[in-house]
Amino acid sequence: MKRFLYELSESWKIAAAQMRSNMTRSTLTALGVIIGIVAVTLMGTAISGIQAGFDKSMSIFGDDVLYVGQWPWKRVDDWWNYRDRKKIKTEYAEPLNRMIAMTPNSNLQIAIPTSSVVRSVKYMDSEVNNVFVRGTVSDYIITSTFDFKEGRFFNELESRGGANVCVIGYDVADALFPSTSPIDKSVLINGQAFKVVGVISRQGSFLGLFSLDSIVVMPLPAFQKYFTAKSEAEILVKVKDKTKLAEAKDELAGLMRRVRGLPPEKKDDFSINEQQALKSTLDPIKNSIAVAGLFITGLSLFVGAIGIMNITFVSVKERTKEIGTRKALGARRRTILLQFLIESTALCLLGGVIGLTFAFAMCFLIGIAFPSFPIHFSLGLVITSMIVSVMTGLVSGFAPAWTASRLDPVTALRYE
Amino acid sequence: MTTRNEVRPAGPVVIDIENITKDYVMGEEIVRALRGVSLRIHKNEYIAIMGPSGSGKSTLMNMLGCLDTPTSGRYEFNGKSVAEMDDDELAAIRNREIGFVFQTFNLLPRSTSLRNVELPLIYAGVDADSREERATQTLTDVGLGDRIHHKPNELSGGQRQRVAIARALVNKPSIILADEPTGNLDSKTGEEIMALLEDLYRRGNTIILVTHERDIAAHARRTVHLRDGLIESDETGVVPKQETMAAH
Repeated sequence: MKRFLYELSESWKIAAAQMRSNMTRSTLTALGVIIGIVAVTLMGTAISGIQAGFDKSMSIFGDDVLYVGQWPWKRVDDWWNYRDRKKIKTEYAEPLNRMIAMTPNSNLQIAIPTSSVVRSVKYMDSEVNNVFVRGTVSDYIITSTFDFKEGRFFNELESRGGANVCVIGYDVADALFPSTSPIDKSVLINGQAFKVVGVISRQGSFLGLFSLDSIVVMPLPAFQKYFTAKSEAEILVKVKDKTKLAEAKDELAGLMRRVRGLPPEKKDDFSINEQQALKSTLDPIKNSIAVAGLFITGLSLFVGAIGIMNITFVSVKERTKEIGTRKALGARRRTILLQFLIESTALCLLGGVIGLTFAFAMCFLIGIAFPSFPIHFSLGLVITSMIVSVMTGLVSGFAPAWTASRLDPVTALRYE
Repeated sequence: MTTRNEVRPAGPVVIDIENITKDYVMGEEIVRALRGVSLRIHKNEYIAIMGPSGSGKSTLMNMLGCLDTPTSGRYEFNGKSVAEMDDDELAAIRNREIGFVFQTFNLLPRSTSLRNVELPLIYAGVDADSREERATQTLTDVGLGDRIHHKPNELSGGQRQRVAIARALVNKPSIILADEPTGNLDSKTGEEIMALLEDLYRRGNTIILVTHERDIAAHARRTVHLRDGLIESDETGVVPKQETMAAH
């Protein structure tokens, strides 16, 4: 055992000396592995980055809220079955809340009606397009995670009375009021004036794709007065205990069936969504990145491995006499095998380290160039890359190392 | 040169070879390099193996050095049969019992003298501290105490061969097997190396010298001549150099 350790450390020293004296050759040989490691790292970074960005975006939705709507949040193949469903109405919130109040030990806390359209918002000469305008009640704040940069949410009185007040998102405020406070100013939506009472602090974007800050929220009666056309309603239901989400979902489905008056033999004509459902829509994206990445990684590692194998064969040939000498001095087959395996592994590790450095630098630069793109460089990736490098080294070095270990000492010593 | 005649008393048998043959296949032909050689070498002997090229001299040396196994015949090293040993067992014998000195020195070019001499100790599983201590001591013994951190290309030919001799000695082997140790050196340096071997013999080492040069072989106390794969003559006793020359 002790002897094995000495031979191991000796082999590392030889490998290091060998690489130092053949620096150019070693680096060129390691190129395939470098590319492979860059590919594997960037792929992993992209996948975990998307995941991290998704989780961050998801937290805005709240993981204890169920969304009752006409459409499910996942892709469906039979969309025509959903198209003809009855529209969800904001009025459902009232009977739902009544039933929740009557149910002892209900898993549900409160139902919030919402209705939304996309409109332009104007102030003086400025205009913002494609703003998500939503009408709801003052309790909406319970289901949301946002904070206020300025001002407040509209109160219950304004909510019931349908006052022409609104709360605007960060991007809207930024575009319309670059230098002044928007509070108590009036913005125009569909030619109708709404007084701003609050500005929501920055929410960021969903996966860096679309902004969650381009939003206006107003009392539902006011919304219904002006924006009924093409509006889409959704009931938000907050759950008491998010660990009992499944039970809550079942309970809500039962309540909705009663609201809709569905006989038992009929299927649900509404969808109850949760943020978890969105996660599954992400899987195909992640999978395709993984497949493409694995293909590139596999190909470049394969090419890299052949390069390493080739150079190790050259190294064995060049040092045939040295192998003979070592055998004469008492090196066993295993010792020689180990020496060349470690040499090829060291080469691959060198490639791995260079590749990681490259990948790290690239991630860093991408992070600077596109701050909104989620980048996630993890320790797990570093370890994976190192393991991949070592495995490549062992696999590619085995054939030459085996040849070296089998050399006949007499022939090897005579080799010039 | 006056003390050259000293012959140390022979110790127990180290190498016992009986009727060894070795055949090589060269293309279609079978070359019978050794055709039945018997030889017994004792501890404290200083023996030269001579012969023209093609005499089987190198083959015999490879057998003695446990680099190769015979086709037939009996070979016992310190009472252990070598003929049936596998590669790793032979490696262990080479590591512990035999110290090789090559014509071309065969030092590792990128390693210092110290690291070169440490090599057999690494394969023997000696720990780092003792390795360095023993290697340094052995290098000092061969007169290179001030060259231990030099690499081979920073040393003269004679110094390189001294490093190689130190490497051969460091594991305290039963025999030192020197294959044309002066072949790549000028005659003056060659004499210095021969003086070192003489000194090692006096200090109790067993030396087998393989050479084709008579005046190099003349340093030995016993001379074995090979011809056509057979022992032609086996002469013991110290003859003054001049007479040796005259005898042939």
